[in-house]
Amino acid sequence: MKYLRLIWSAMFRRKTRTIFTLLSVLAAFLLFGLLDSVRSAFANAASSIAGVDRLVTVSKISFTLSLPKSLLSGIEALPGVAKVTYANWFGGIYQDPKNFFANEAVADNFFDLYPEWQLSPAERTAFRNTRTGAVVGEGLAKKFNWKLGDKIPLQATIFPQKGGANAWTFDLVGIFRATNPKLKAEESVLFFNWDYFDEARAFGNGTVGWYITQVSDRKLAQQVASAVDALSTNSDHETKTQTEQAFNAAFVSQYGDIGLIVGSIMGAVFFTLILLTGNTMAQAVRERIPELAVLKTIGFSNQSVLGLLLAESVLLVLLGGAIGLVLSGLVVDAVRAAVGTAVPMTRVGASIWLRGLGLMVLIGLIVGALPARRGMRLRIVDALAGR
Amino acid sequence: MGALVELQNLSKIYERGRQKIEVLHHVQLDIEQGDFMALMGPSGSGKTTLLNLIGGLDSPTDGSITIGGKRIDRLSEGALARWRASNVGFVFQFYNLLPMLSARRNVELPLLLTRLSAAQRKRNAAVALELVGLADRAAHKPSELSGGQQQRVAIARAFVSDPTLLMCDEPTGDLDRQSAAEVLTLLQQLNRDHGKTIIMVTHDPKAAEFAKHTLHLDKGSLAEQLQQAAS
Repeated sequence: MKYLRLIWSAMFRRKTRTIFTLLSVLAAFLLFGLLDSVRSAFANAASSIAGVDRLVTVSKISFTLSLPKSLLSGIEALPGVAKVTYANWFGGIYQDPKNFFANEAVADNFFDLYPEWQLSPAERTAFRNTRTGAVVGEGLAKKFNWKLGDKIPLQATIFPQKGGANAWTFDLVGIFRATNPKLKAEESVLFFNWDYFDEARAFGNGTVGWYITQVSDRKLAQQVASAVDALSTNSDHETKTQTEQAFNAAFVSQYGDIGLIVGSIMGAVFFTLILLTGNTMAQAVRERIPELAVLKTIGFSNQSVLGLLLAESVLLVLLGGAIGLVLSGLVVDAVRAAVGTAVPMTRVGASIWLRGLGLMVLIGLIVGALPARRGMRLRIVDALAGR
Repeated sequence: MGALVELQNLSKIYERGRQKIEVLHHVQLDIEQGDFMALMGPSGSGKTTLLNLIGGLDSPTDGSITIGGKRIDRLSEGALARWRASNVGFVFQFYNLLPMLSARRNVELPLLLTRLSAAQRKRNAAVALELVGLADRAAHKPSELSGGQQQRVAIARAFVSDPTLLMCDEPTGDLDRQSAAEVLTLLQQLNRDHGKTIIMVTHDPKAAEFAKHTLHLDKGSLAEQLQQAAS
């Protein structure tokens, strides 16, 4: 601790250079925090379904393939199942592709499984009773200035109506609110009646995109998931039952191998960081050779000088890295609040911090190793004589 | 008083490629405790090399260096560093203060190697600065001090851990006449009032006058030894 002032002062001997180096470390660890949050979300999504109360069942081959609606009664009859509902991706466009928002056809009991979305009983009834009825989140309604009773036209991109028309029109009968302020992003969805969708669409009738099952006891989640999948074993529509988080992760991972992408980006970033910070440290030590010689003259041992320089290097990376990780935590929270579970990201919690701190110490030691060795090995008389 | 520093047959040979340069040649020297000795001689005569050897910054090619009864030429690098920390203070021509630290922090540096508490270190550094007349400049960085003031800070750093020996390599070489006189008076005071044994390398005969006596080194040998050899 008593050497901290000495290390700190040495680190800021050239303020501008140190600040720029800190900024580059900060940027690298900001990126690390964000990407590791995404990577962790994907890794965790697939890891376990124990302890969750809602399960999503999709086609085992691809979640873009439909499942027969006839599976519903089979799932409902399974022990441990409390409620089952289903949905279908619609992919309609409102006026312009830039206005993208999720829109899905859902069963009339869909909202029973999502108590976190507040919809008044009257609006629930209206949704059930209105064939072309639609419900949107409050955020989406505000965005497009929709009010109850408005007609919302959507242009189909996947499902034309019988007769070939792509124009679908829905009557807005309900606006739901997310009860948790952190889940406000989930208000960016439009739901409409699956019955209407199934009657009117040109193909795929009698099929659903996915099932959502609520278990009666969280402890039974794994057991129920296995039982649901067992219903379709050896059929032409084998299923995969997973958590909602895993479902969302699978949705995003269709764009590529997230782990590989994240790993490659971080590898490149840290490689550049090591070169950059290593150069800064080498330069800093080169400039301070006479000062290091003075320390040794005073009585600092070779090991002390080695320790001081390594500590300086580690402190430099720790300082920039910690600020970067704190910022990444704020950004992740903001993104999660803005888009909800649509982009899987875990909070920048203890495990990401531990990995981050480990990396900071490692990078600090790597970039400090050669300059510190040079400092340790310098001969006092040569260094004082400027040789 | 007995000899604090005993040099026996001390030689130092530097190797530059295939060339061997003998910088010190069988030097025999005793320095009494409490002495203030000026070491003079032309450039390349081996003054700084001798100073470095006595201060434990370099090792001899041959001969022995005994200081306070301890053979320092036999110490390992780590042991020599520990020995320097508690027995020797150094003053350089160009002050060699750490530019990013305040005067007080510079003076405190050797105390980091002791077990003193932070408060005690701060107190000792303040006392040392008081002694060199710079108590009011304790918070100033070296760049905010004149050459003479920087050298006084360097002297405070040299004696703050209460070493027996002060090694001064051209301590006034970079100073004007008045600052030089102040620094030399300060060294005299440390020798007289605090019993520090001082060995000072200088080119300046006026600076040497502040010492109790002067030794001349030429071509790696002490002048009196050269005279003895000639006669």
